[in-house]
Amino acid sequence: MLIKEQFSTFDVDKIRDDFPILSRRINDKPLVYVDNAASTQMPKPVIDAFSDYHSRYHANVHRGVHTLSQEATDAFEKVRTLVKSFIGAGDENEIIYTSGATDSINLVAQSYGRAFLNEGDEILVSNMEHHANIVPWDMLAKEKGLKIVVIPITDEGELDMNAYESLISEKTRIVAINHVSNALGTINPIKEITRIAHQHNAVVMVDGAQAVSHMEVNVVDLDCDFYAFSAHKMLGPTGVGVLYGKRELLDKMPPYRGGGDMILSVSFNTGVTFNQVPHKFEAGTPGIAGVIMLGEAIKYINTIGRDSIAAYENELLEYATLQALKIDGLRVIGTAKKKASVLSFVLDGVHPHDIGTVLDFHGVAIRSGHHCAQPVMERFQIPATSRASFAFYNTKEEVDIFINALKEVLEVFR
Amino acid sequence: MKQLYQELILDHNKKPRNFHVMEDFDHESLGHNPLCGDKLVVYIKIGEGDTIEDVSFVGEGCAISKASASMMTTALKGKTIQEAKVIYTQFHEMSTGKLDIAEHPHQLGKLAIFAGVRDLPARVKCATLAWHTLDAALEGRKSITTE
Repeated sequence: MLIKEQFSTFDVDKIRDDFPILSRRINDKPLVYVDNAASTQMPKPVIDAFSDYHSRYHANVHRGVHTLSQEATDAFEKVRTLVKSFIGAGDENEIIYTSGATDSINLVAQSYGRAFLNEGDEILVSNMEHHANIVPWDMLAKEKGLKIVVIPITDEGELDMNAYESLISEKTRIVAINHVSNALGTINPIKEITRIAHQHNAVVMVDGAQAVSHMEVNVVDLDCDFYAFSAHKMLGPTGVGVLYGKRELLDKMPPYRGGGDMILSVSFNTGVTFNQVPHKFEAGTPGIAGVIMLGEAIKYINTIGRDSIAAYENELLEYATLQALKIDGLRVIGTAKKKASVLSFVLDGVHPHDIGTVLDFHGVAIRSGHHCAQPVMERFQIPATSRASFAFYNTKEEVDIFINALKEVLEVFR
Repeated sequence: MKQLYQELILDHNKKPRNFHVMEDFDHESLGHNPLCGDKLVVYIKIGEGDTIEDVSFVGEGCAISKASASMMTTALKGKTIQEAKVIYTQFHEMSTGKLDIAEHPHQLGKLAIFAGVRDLPARVKCATLAWHTLDAALEGRKSITTE
């Protein structure tokens, strides 16, 4: 009863009307989209922003003196201020547009890492990272003779904080950790992780791709040095992301890529002078429409409020987990005390890919596989999991459809 | 869905035939689909006149890949290598939609049950993993990876 009452305070039907894709039918069934950790869907204002920009004020940014270029530049830069407030940064020059969280992390590895790390230095990487927060460090380590040290996780899928404290040392220069694990749903204690890292003068790279649209994020409070996320996991488009970095770090970092917009002057006689942050890191014409759409996504999320979103999604997760656990032979992978709305599971005797295919026939979109987090699969000694991940536009009825489809899977395979 | 997950496939998934390690083999190969983590080993013993005297497999995979491997072994036992290669090619072409089995004659027999995977591009590699591994074994390659 309690669950029902709390659900009713959130007007999910009205919200769903804003998302055109949610009225689609798949295999003659209503679409139940619970693959939000892979990519979220877009509300109308975000979709419309694309058309509006291209119909009314498309031009290159930071270049022309004409009206269109000025309007495009204003819209583009206004989003920087929105992003700043969205993650609680102190200065919009700390907000760098990238092509996504992956690009953001590569920027830090290639710019900060190559400039300031030396042979023998260590990078601590958690066992629950997405490949995006492993491979850039591994590439850097090979190039510079660095050591990657893995912070283990517990059977529940929580970071082993005792191990972390014993592994970190004066050799540690970077700690790479996600705010929320995409494979397990675990919410990591970033503030505490950062506090410990700073005692050893290490910087902390937080992969926030799974966090920003699901909970309030304040980078100043977290005191992290870098924070990365992608627009397409927070109602925005693909191909756009953000890197937040502390100003004093960004200022001393060399550019990552060369080209237009990141320079003040280029001369074959006197050489190249780089622009200031954030432009120093934004070579070439950026994804202008995508950034403007990201701005609309932030406004949309702010209208609903991330506290309400988090509360509602927690109810959904709790309900889905309770229902799922009633299914014979189902095991939840990732049972941390603090979780975002990710339900990763394995079903005895049925391969995740078969589950994914059968669910699709019921119109239910989940993810099956290793979720670009193979070390997590290794840790739990499973080849893959099935993963349902909920957004605030999902409903309790959709959870029921998902659970019933899972029961159908059992009927087919057992 | 019913079209793909038919009784025959479900039965071979539950009770895979020729599902064991072969000690006395002439060829073996390891097939790996890194996308889904499926791994299987195919063993082949060659008899007189270049026939496949025995073929078996072991490994982990989804229902489609396991049933496909199992039915492959029952279909190919006793066939010549040449015949097996023809069936391999036809199976591959059927799965990828290049061979319309309703229109063209083929030697696939019961294997035609896998025709439905052509409508599920994400699952084609599940159905063909065992076959690629068999082909690799016959060609003397120790392992293959599908991507």
